Amino acid sequence: MNQHHDEKIRELLKQSFAPRNEELGRDLWPQMLRRLEEHSAVVPWFDWALLALVALCLYLVPNTIPLLLYHL
Amino acid sequence: MEQPRELLQQFAHGDLEAFESLFRQFQGEVYGWIVRIVRDPGIAEDLTVETFWRIHRAHARFDPGRSFAAWARRIATNTALDYLKSARVETGLPEDLPAAALPNPGIEQDVRERVRRAFGQLPPKLRVAAMLALIDEEPYAEIADALGISIGAVKLRVFRAVRLLRNHLKQLGVEP
Repeated sequence: MNQHHDEKIRELLKQSFAPRNEELGRDLWPQMLRRLEEHSAVVPWFDWALLALVALCLYLVPNTIPLLLYHL
Repeated sequence: MEQPRELLQQFAHGDLEAFESLFRQFQGEVYGWIVRIVRDPGIAEDLTVETFWRIHRAHARFDPGRSFAAWARRIATNTALDYLKSARVETGLPEDLPAAALPNPGIEQDVRERVRRAFGQLPPKLRVAAMLALIDEEPYAEIADALGISIGAVKLRVFRAVRLLRNHLKQLGVEP
């Protein structure tokens, strides 16, 4: 009985939804490339935090500036 | 489609040209899989790009000894599932789909609408399993691989989907 009902539901589904076997109509690489470029231009928050930390250190302890320049 | 191991190794090391080569080879396959899940070509295109974005970010975790196609399909499935969960969309045929594409004009449009609405009420995980297994008739092994679960778990999801669907249909006045 249940199996019979399951079969009927399966049939109803197949009649209500067309199987989708579609092919991609265009090349998506340009879109992908834009996405990659957008994200490569974004500086991660961690980098900003590190930069702020270095700037704060230099401000509080100016004597470290020559040391930093020497290591650069 | 087997890929040269060298290309896969280059991709795993973050080589953009290798990524582009894989993108061009697999974008159609990934799109075709996603459109079966979300049933909307425009959204499927966006999700294809999102899938490859995730693939690109995860390149270091890819094992060049394994199949790129299977890995991409699993990521595509997760991307589509995330979309279904966040959008809480009701999966159905787009309104502008030509009538000729409907599989059986014999049953009433109203019944089809109610079936689609009932199907859209299913939890996304069950909906995807049922969609792929019952409508697109994908082999259970492939669905299991794409979802990252066992074949038994796929069968269970389909079973639960059918049970829930039957209840929803009864509430909508359709006696299967």
